[in-house]
Amino acid sequence: MASYYEATARERLAGLLDPDSFVEVLPPTARLVSPHLQALDLPTAFDDGVIIGGATLDGLAVQVAAQEGGFMGGAVGEVQGAKIVGMLARARARDAAGVVLLLETGGVRLQEANAGLIAVSEIIRAICATRAAGIPVVAAIGGQYGCFGGMGIAAGCCSAIVMSEEGRLGLSGPEVIETAHGVDEFDSRDRALVWRTVGGKHRYLMGDCDVLVDDRIDAFRAALAHSLRAAGGLDLAAVEREHAMLTARLDAYGQCGDGEDIWRAMGFDAPQDVPMLATAALVAARQSRRAA
Amino acid sequence: MDWRSVASQLFPAGHDIAARGDLIAGTGRCGDVDFAVIGSTNHAEAGVEIALAMAALVLATVRGHPGRPLLFLVDTSGQRLRHRDELLGINRYMAHLAKCVEVARQRGHRVLALVYDQALSGGFLASGMMADLCAALPDAEIRVMGLPAMARVTRLPEERLRALAEGSPVFAPGAVNYVRMGAIDALWEGDLATHLAAALAAAADRDTRRDAGHARGGRLLAAPVAARVVAE
Repeated sequence: MASYYEATARERLAGLLDPDSFVEVLPPTARLVSPHLQALDLPTAFDDGVIIGGATLDGLAVQVAAQEGGFMGGAVGEVQGAKIVGMLARARARDAAGVVLLLETGGVRLQEANAGLIAVSEIIRAICATRAAGIPVVAAIGGQYGCFGGMGIAAGCCSAIVMSEEGRLGLSGPEVIETAHGVDEFDSRDRALVWRTVGGKHRYLMGDCDVLVDDRIDAFRAALAHSLRAAGGLDLAAVEREHAMLTARLDAYGQCGDGEDIWRAMGFDAPQDVPMLATAALVAARQSRRAA
Repeated sequence: MDWRSVASQLFPAGHDIAARGDLIAGTGRCGDVDFAVIGSTNHAEAGVEIALAMAALVLATVRGHPGRPLLFLVDTSGQRLRHRDELLGINRYMAHLAKCVEVARQRGHRVLALVYDQALSGGFLASGMMADLCAALPDAEIRVMGLPAMARVTRLPEERLRALAEGSPVFAPGAVNYVRMGAIDALWEGDLATHLAAALAAAADRDTRRDAGHARGGRLLAAPVAARVVAE
């Protein structure tokens, strides 16, 4: 079956959405490129690195955005941000059954600095406004660039996050932390350490990713359809539950120095084996620990 | 500027705002309106603890004082760049704070923010940039990331970035560029209490920043592109 990790944004949409249901808005023929990249003599893309439009997914009328990691690591500039914000407003205007965000991004496109930061903020606000209007917003993270920077905050504002083991989700990327505080703080080349810190399995065990799936587009499709139907609202009760969970997390794991320490504290007797567990085995292990 | 000086100018009718570490919190009275004040000082590095503490203050206001306006006083050097914060899921803690602000807004709380010193990226996204209206003092510094880290991530030479920051509003730090781009409503000079009262009356409960950026000529594509997407 097709790998989500290896696929381009367009290939992911083709595999996730119902056949022939996708109608792209502002497709590459619109030739809407970033003026800020042009000013720097940097390459541009005719879709500015994001594909948006309307479709059905498992029969649900959704609006979607898919970031293309192959263009500037999926980073958000003014045009890309406006496309995503517009798509979220479109979902509200049409009372969509949901919004699907295929996130693959380093966050703010630093080549557009201030314009990128404001765009990311507008996406965060628009996700919250869409959820407040009763429309679920679900995110998928499983591409090679992960989901970082302000878009990591945006992901955390969604109704649900679906990840694969290969996915990574965080705020500051390992390279940024290494630049700030040195290789002893975070060795960005230590792949195992990176995955123990921001990888899909750790995020799932922490409760920051709602569904962990194998790296297959059909597995993402099933999980996104389920998440759209099961999504909870954004209200006071929901944020109070989250507050209690995040408070307990800090109490329980605030002194841990490594993912393995946290997994041991969660009750994994052999935490060093967690990275080797198959997805289904990890999901079962977490569910049995929750039941206990 | 020192937060105490800012607080006394904002709230001539009195306040009980106090600092606890890098966190500042309390209640201030401006005219006949009480504000719940939440902020940080010492160019706080916004880690998981301060995000959670701010979220707790938002929730306590929603529970204890329905409808009371919130004011964020922003001074942050950005999110804390530590392995431990990433391990604990700092993006989730920041998102939680952002969602608490959103829930407050939906329940009728007006949300204002004032950047009185520094505002950098992650720490700013979940607080001041979630406000209905965000203002800044004229000397405030607002930017995305330090130039050395930016140089490494973009693989553009640091000297080139430094040169760009000299000339371009998109690159240059400084509150005035954010005003032009619509993310900062205005620079507050003179009587801060008057500005605060006017801002409370003017704040809209929807995101108006791209329209402001367009009207002011600092961000010309965001508003029309988003509008085109909705219309198609």
